[in-house]
Amino acid sequence: MAESILVIVEQREGKLNHVSWETIAAGQAIADHIGWSLEAAVLGSSVAAIASEVATKKLAKVYAIESPKLEPYTPDAFAYVLKEFFEKHPAKLVLMPHTYQVRDFVPKLATALETTAISDAIGYKYDNGKLLFTRQMFQGKFVADVSFAGPGACFVTFQNGSFRADKVEAGAAAAPVEAVTVDVPDGVVRNHPQEVFKEAKQAVDLTQAEIIVSVGRGIKEQKNIELAKQLADAMGAELAASRPICDSGWLPMDRQVGSSGQTVAPKLYLALGISGAIQHIVGMKGARSIIAINKDSEAPIFEIADYAVVSNLFDVVPPLIEEVKKAKAGG
Amino acid sequence: MNILVCMKQVPQKDAPLKLNEAGTWIREDVSYEVNEPDAFALEEALRQKEKHTGEVVVITAGPARASQVLREALAKGADRAIHLEDAAFVGLDAYNTARAIAAAIKDEKFDLIFTGLQSDDYGYAQTGVILAQILGWPHATIIMQIEKNDAGIRVKRELEAGFFQFVDMPLPAVLTIQSGINKLRYATLIGIKQAKTKPLRKVMLAEVQSAIGANLQKIEKLYVPQKSKNTEFLEGPPAEVARKLAEKLKNELRVI
Repeated sequence: MAESILVIVEQREGKLNHVSWETIAAGQAIADHIGWSLEAAVLGSSVAAIASEVATKKLAKVYAIESPKLEPYTPDAFAYVLKEFFEKHPAKLVLMPHTYQVRDFVPKLATALETTAISDAIGYKYDNGKLLFTRQMFQGKFVADVSFAGPGACFVTFQNGSFRADKVEAGAAAAPVEAVTVDVPDGVVRNHPQEVFKEAKQAVDLTQAEIIVSVGRGIKEQKNIELAKQLADAMGAELAASRPICDSGWLPMDRQVGSSGQTVAPKLYLALGISGAIQHIVGMKGARSIIAINKDSEAPIFEIADYAVVSNLFDVVPPLIEEVKKAKAGG
Repeated sequence: MNILVCMKQVPQKDAPLKLNEAGTWIREDVSYEVNEPDAFALEEALRQKEKHTGEVVVITAGPARASQVLREALAKGADRAIHLEDAAFVGLDAYNTARAIAAAIKDEKFDLIFTGLQSDDYGYAQTGVILAQILGWPHATIIMQIEKNDAGIRVKRELEAGFFQFVDMPLPAVLTIQSGINKLRYATLIGIKQAKTKPLRKVMLAEVQSAIGANLQKIEKLYVPQKSKNTEFLEGPPAEVARKLAEKLKNELRVI
């Protein structure tokens, strides 16, 4: 009997997290490649509608796993319910998007099942009958091919943007939906989450910016932010930053690009002194063009740059400001 | 509150890394530093201790060089340290690392365990959560604030895209700490001096061997990522590079 792959999609308040389609695309690609069957599951207090939406895709089956204790989200309830589910419906490979929610419960679930999760993978390979998952290491400086060595289920979480949501294949007919109810006994859930909120109304909407000049650690000191600002002004760009700059308070949090900040897709992203840690890259790799200026020739940002300048930004930016002004004045 | 802080030594951020001959790991002759989120975890533990009294204990797993992380933590104000000392700890997956830590602290009693939210080398973002499961404790991840109350603690979790959430939870608990939760302190001269007399307990691999098993995930090959883009490198003196860049901005990218 062929083994099965299960994709666990993510929903919040009855809406599917869009990145779930990428994971279904990943599941379809792997299932086609290795000849395993593909199923999906969605969890929540009331998920029938989402399960039907997912069931329009090319899948053997969709599980609608329900328990009132699944809302609001807690790692205790999710791990408990999924452990119960897997005892009745074992899968050999379990795929999920690498969201903050998944990061929060998957290591717990995998440990409870005495297995492991290959986290933040960006792709897979199938070599001589062996399935390998690729993941970034050392902040993206290297990539590793990782194999699963356990007897149980292999859990894999995929980084945003690793597969294309628009590649998801529709099914010839709707996949059957199986409702599963799991009882979560009192005492299992120990955390009491409050409402989700935003800190302050975001003053800057970087998602709409056409040109972004973004600064990273290479800017060295707070007073040097002014230099980046001058370049942004000359280019008519919005100023943004990587996380450490906002953590230091050199620029406000609403100018942060990356997994914990805004996800942007401008015409041009000019990265000044940004090394390109994974958490930053996921927020800007959708830019149409990327220019990177960094003195470290091995900085991972160069992997995704269209134009690269290996140089000290303090040498290049001042003349660049003048050249930009000249070019603009020249019409 | 008695707090354990799990810390890791990782290659320095801008250290040039080279692959070993087998292509399975980096060459170890590089400079190391404290994993950044772990430094924030330590700072938070010290601040909690200053508010509520108690003890801050730091633990690391790695070869002799990793003791530098512990010495720095003791100099900043941690009370004592535990060193799981063996080069083999570097190669453990997150499950085994957590099992080794759990075994090393089996006779200790903590109210809280902090880890950084992920490491700059493997980037698993899992060890803390796994440790919580092994100990049977609740956990919360990516924490930006911790307030103690009568029932336990209220923590602020960071979610995606600028969202946050407060979570009330009982003690003991494991928290994974996000960079930027606080402002880091520097070690003082007197702190550095005092650190030399603070207790550092070494735990050898043999003492925790029975708690760990074979790695469930294995790095088959480590390599430099293949470029997906055709990157054009602009070279020359700064003035010339600036001129070339402006030309690209105007005529090819058409953004100015």
